Amino acid sequence: MQTFEYKITDEVGLHARPAGLLVKAAKQYKSDIKIEYNGKSSSAKALMAIMAMGIMKDAVVKVSVDGEDEAEAFEGIKKFMEENL
Amino acid sequence: MERYTGKKIYEGIAVGRIAWLGKKEQVVERKHTEDTEAEKKRYEDARNEAIAQLRALYEKTKNEIGEADAEIFDVHAMMLEDDGYNDSVNNIIESQQMNAEYAVAVTGDNFAETFASMDDEYFKARSVDVKDISERVIRILSGESEASVDASEPSILVADDLTPSETVQLDKSKILAFVTRKGSSNSHTAILARTMNIPAIINVDVQESWNGKTGILDSDKGIFIVDPDEATSKEYNDRLEAQNQAKKLLLELKGKPNETKSGQKVMLFANVGNLSDIGSAIQYDAGGIGLFRSEFIYLGKDTYPTEEEQFTIYRKAAELMAGKKVIIRTLDIGADKQCDYFELGHEDNPAMGFRAIRICLKRPEVFKTQLRALFRAAAYGNIHIMYPMITSMSEIEQIKKIVAEVKAELKEQGVPYKDAPQGIMIETPAAAVITDRLAKEVDFFSIGTNDLTQYTLAIDRQNAALEDFCDVHHEAVLRLIEMTVENAHKNGIWAGICGELAADTSLTETFLKMGVDELSVAPPSVLKVRKVVRECD
Repeated sequence: MQTFEYKITDEVGLHARPAGLLVKAAKQYKSDIKIEYNGKSSSAKALMAIMAMGIMKDAVVKVSVDGEDEAEAFEGIKKFMEENL
Repeated sequence: MERYTGKKIYEGIAVGRIAWLGKKEQVVERKHTEDTEAEKKRYEDARNEAIAQLRALYEKTKNEIGEADAEIFDVHAMMLEDDGYNDSVNNIIESQQMNAEYAVAVTGDNFAETFASMDDEYFKARSVDVKDISERVIRILSGESEASVDASEPSILVADDLTPSETVQLDKSKILAFVTRKGSSNSHTAILARTMNIPAIINVDVQESWNGKTGILDSDKGIFIVDPDEATSKEYNDRLEAQNQAKKLLLELKGKPNETKSGQKVMLFANVGNLSDIGSAIQYDAGGIGLFRSEFIYLGKDTYPTEEEQFTIYRKAAELMAGKKVIIRTLDIGADKQCDYFELGHEDNPAMGFRAIRICLKRPEVFKTQLRALFRAAAYGNIHIMYPMITSMSEIEQIKKIVAEVKAELKEQGVPYKDAPQGIMIETPAAAVITDRLAKEVDFFSIGTNDLTQYTLAIDRQNAALEDFCDVHHEAVLRLIEMTVENAHKNGIWAGICGELAADTSLTETFLKMGVDELSVAPPSVLKVRKVVRECD
């Protein structure tokens, strides 16, 4: 399992559109990808659950990647978040 | 007979039956089922149908209104693909042996409640989205039709408010007019009403009980009449007849020259925001494209458009207009038009901030890509290049330097291109005041009256509260226009107007007297302005 922390810079946080993009990105990988924030945790592939976490701008989230393509997924999701969120 | 007042959004008269567009609350029946597999299958089919509808709505909105407004439907579709949502529905069907409608309704309510209880306004608003998608699925399950407007005949649409999503789903041939309580002149519905040529007013104290009654909208006077008496009906039916005659007359103006009685000619061009607008420009007989807003190529994307992508679009535009002028404005983002990948950063005063040519000059690589595409496309038609937000001579010098580099590179690489006339937008008071000098450096001027008015009067045009202060015919703006035209002519170049004032027919004669050479307006306004030109002495 690999993990990294990321600070959200998107003005309105992880609401519908950015969360949707994240789900799309996460679904490209076989690995389990989890987002942890404020004591809650959700799969990065579950749109409603991510939105329900209420992740706002400047929130620091922990992302963990676990599975057969985790190295690839780790890089991919990290890059995606840096570019989009 | 009752009279109500409102604020005009788009001119015109409409007489007809009132159709109230209300938000229908669906009543879902709770039914026990033995065959849970069949219910799950019903849900799955309805869900897929809903996703298909949303995808179609996304495409339709993207094409008719724009990508930014369309994105919400993409998100709605993704919500319906969410495992959490689907698991919840299937679980209720399975474990409680309930019908699919009930399971969807409960799931929707639960998720909506979660969002509604969140602190942030933005997240709170998502509860509406969840309700919206759940209702869509329930509608499909119960076989109900989508439109809650009974528009078997063309009707005056009355509603508290109209969202872009509701507006795009309406059958345009059944809409005589829009009458709403909420909205502003800059709202999506307002813009839509203008593009579709549908009379509209807002700020009316609308009532559901009007549904089915006869209504009369006199948008020019800002009056809405419910249950008119016989005399009023007759008066308006006569006026409506006259209005229809006038419309017909306008169409008869197609193909006629834009010439005053004394023989003064003016070029009447169209403003376009994408390639499909060019179709309307041709349909309404525009003599050219006076303003091709290139932003649509950049907006709603994840990354910079490539040179090839841009070249293909510019070439198509040039070819469609078949030798007529196509004046393409270079990138004009910033201020109210934002693109994430430009990473422009937050500004307290974006209207006066890092935008348009300023971005291009600071990021020459972005500018050069567009210029290469433009000069290459110029080989396929009559392309003119126009630079926005100019304030100084030094900007022109910098542009010229970059243009020279671009041409030298194209030449060296053996890429075919053609030189194209280059002009500037006069949309800042600074530029207008130095037009005597600018005119010696460029091939044409086009006056952008929206920004010129906003900057001259120091009035934010997005701020509805300032509408009373915003005198769009302010003498200061008119003098700047006159000065710009004079300075253009003294230096042997032409000057046009491409802002909203160009379509203001109460000013057409004034502009002609000033010697304005070109007016560029929304495609449907071309013939309206032509009519006024032909009536001038």
